[in-house]
Amino acid sequence: MLEIKNLHVSVHGKAILDGLSLKVNPGEVAAIMGPNGSGKSTLSYVIAGKPGYEVTAGEVLLDGENLLELQADERARKGIFLAFQYPIEIPGVATMTFLKASLNAQRRGRGEADLTTPEFMRRVREASQRLKVDQEMLRRPLNVGFSGGEKKRIEILQMTLLEPRYGVLDETDSGLDIDALRIVSEGVNALRNANRGFLVITHYQRLLDHIKPDVVHVMAKGRIVASGGPELALELEKNGYRDYPAQAA
Amino acid sequence: MTAHVPPRSTAETTLVRQFEALKAHADPPRRAAFERFAAQGLPTRRVESWHYTDLRAALADAAPLAPSPARATIEAARALLAGHEKSGAARLVSVNGKFAPDLSDALPAGAAIASRERRDSGAEDAMASLVEAMAPDSLTVDIVAGAELAGPIEIVHLAVGEGAYALYSWIEIALGAGASATIFETFLGAGSGVQRQAATRLRLGRSAKLKHAASIGDAPELHLESQLVELEAEAELNAFGLVSGGALTRRQIFAKLGGEGAKIALSGLTLLDGTRRADTTLQVVHAAPRGVSREFYRAIVADDAAGVFQGKVVVAPGAQKTDGAMKSQAVLLSPQAQMNAKPELEIFADDVVCGHGATVASIDPEQIFYLQARGIPKEEAEAMLLEAFGAEAINRVEDEALAEGLRARLAVWLAGRSRTAAKEARA
Repeated sequence: MLEIKNLHVSVHGKAILDGLSLKVNPGEVAAIMGPNGSGKSTLSYVIAGKPGYEVTAGEVLLDGENLLELQADERARKGIFLAFQYPIEIPGVATMTFLKASLNAQRRGRGEADLTTPEFMRRVREASQRLKVDQEMLRRPLNVGFSGGEKKRIEILQMTLLEPRYGVLDETDSGLDIDALRIVSEGVNALRNANRGFLVITHYQRLLDHIKPDVVHVMAKGRIVASGGPELALELEKNGYRDYPAQAA
Repeated sequence: MTAHVPPRSTAETTLVRQFEALKAHADPPRRAAFERFAAQGLPTRRVESWHYTDLRAALADAAPLAPSPARATIEAARALLAGHEKSGAARLVSVNGKFAPDLSDALPAGAAIASRERRDSGAEDAMASLVEAMAPDSLTVDIVAGAELAGPIEIVHLAVGEGAYALYSWIEIALGAGASATIFETFLGAGSGVQRQAATRLRLGRSAKLKHAASIGDAPELHLESQLVELEAEAELNAFGLVSGGALTRRQIFAKLGGEGAKIALSGLTLLDGTRRADTTLQVVHAAPRGVSREFYRAIVADDAAGVFQGKVVVAPGAQKTDGAMKSQAVLLSPQAQMNAKPELEIFADDVVCGHGATVASIDPEQIFYLQARGIPKEEAEAMLLEAFGAEAINRVEDEALAEGLRARLAVWLAGRSRTAAKEARA
C-alpha cells in the first residue's frame, strides 16, 4: 500500500502541502483533482524524491517503509514511477540506451541479472507497438525534439517496461490531442492489475473518461478536502473548483 | 610583443645552455629557430595569447634533456608499446623525440618517411620555435600526390625514462595534391617529472584531405603541443584533440587557410580533474576567399582543475565568402572548478558569415533527477550525462574506428572519476 500521512512540505519557506493524507491500495486507481496551485505537482515530486522540497512533517510509506528517507533512484527501484508532466530532454543519450540503463539499474537493485539484449529488444518492441512508438524514435536522443504527445508516449513506454508497484501520473493529459490521449490511456489501462496502484493527478475530468478511477480526491490548499467515487469528478467538471480555494493557508 | 625583455629566468638560462651544448647548435635553421625563441623568451601572462597560462612562472626550471635512446630505453619502449593497443594500419614510434625505426612499421603504399633533417618552418611562435631548435629528430611523413592511404597511420610519442627530463618532438606531415590520409598521434609513457614539448606541422596540398587526432592521456608535468597547419586551395582538415592527462597541458593550433575554398574543422575534448590545468588556444587565419572553418571544443572540469579555451578567427582582407563558426562549451563539476573561455573574431573582409559562442555550466539537476527517477543511481546518471556531453565532441571525428577508441578513453576517465568519488564518499 502507498500511504501518505500528514505530509507538510514547503519550498523556500512557503508551505505548499499542509497536512496531506491519502492511501492508495494495490490494484486501485486514485485520482487527485485540484485547481492550479493546489500543490498537485509538488505532491508528485515529493513522492518521487525530487531535491529542493523541505518536508517538515509527515511520512510517505510504501508497504510500511518510509520513502522520504530514500534517494529518488532507490524509490524508483522500490517500485515508484513518476510520469512527468514535462519530461526532461537528455541530449546525447539515445532513448534506447537510456531504457536499457534504467531497466537494468532496477533489475540490479532487485538482485536480478541484466536482461539479455534479445530479451530487452523483444520487450521494447512489444511495448512500443502497443504505444505506437516508432523504432526510429528510440534511436534519437531521449525527448530531444519530441512532440508533447511523443514525450508522453515515451513516459508510458518507460512505465510499461519498468513495471512499477505504483505509477504516479502528473498531468499526463496535458498537451495531448484526443488520439494521443487515447493511446496513452490505453497504455496505462493495460498496466492495471490487482497488485499495481496508480495516482492520477489531473486538472481535468477528460483523462478520467479514459482511465476510470476507483476513488477521486479533491486537493486544495495543500491537503485533501473531499474524497468520493468517480461521480465526484463529474461534479467538479460541472461546477469547477469554485468551492475549493486554491492557495495554502 | 615589443620592447621590454625581462632578465632571463632560471629555465631560460638552462635552455640556452642546453641548446649551446647540442651538436646541432651551429646548424643555421635550428640556430635561427632558437633565436626566434630567445628573442621572445618563455611567454608570460602579458602575452595576450598566454594570458591564462603563465608559462614563465609555471616552469621553475627546464629539466635535463632526455638522453638519446640507448638499447635499454628501446627495450623499455617495446614493453610500453606491448600494453598499448595498436590502432591503425601502420605505427610509427618516436622515443623521447627520436624516431625509432626498429619499433615502427613500414608505411602503406603512397606514404614514405622523407629526409629527416629538413626543418625550417619559420614558425613565429616562441614555443614552436623552441621545439624546432631542440628536437633531436624531425620525423617527416610524405604522402604523395593523389595517394589514398589504405588505413590510418598512428604516430606514438613515447616518453621513456626515470625522474625528471625534458623531451622535444618535431613532426612534419605533408600531403601532396589530392592525397588523403588519416593520422593519429598518441602521447604515452610520461610520468610526473616529464616536460614534453611537441610540434606537428601539417601541410595539405591542393584538394588534399587529412583526418587527424591527437590524444594525451599520460601524466607529464608539462605537455606543450603546437600544430602548425597550412591548407592550400580546396584542402580539407578535420582535426581532433583529446586531453585526459598532464598537470599542465597546452595545445596550440595555428592554422592558415592559404588557398581558396579550404575547409578546416577543429574539435576537441578536455577532461580535467585534481589540480590539473589545460589550455587550448587556436588561431585560424582565413587568408583566401570561400574558406570554411568550424571549431567545436568541450571540456569537463572537476575538483580544483582549470581549463582555458581561446579561439581567434582572423579573416584577412580579401578573404570574402568566409564561413566560420566557433563553439566552446564546458561543464564544471565542482564549485572550485574553473573555465576561462575567450572566443574572438577579427574580420577584415565585408562579405563573411562568422559566429562564435561559449557556455560554461554545471550538470543540470533536472536531468539528474529524471534519470534517478528511473532507478539510475546518481553517480551513474552523472556519468551518463557526461559521457553524452563528451561523445558529442568526439562525434566530430570523421573516422569511426578512431572515434570508437576515443569514446573508450572517455569512458575509462569517467569510470576512474566515479571510483574516486565513491572512495571519497566512503571516507
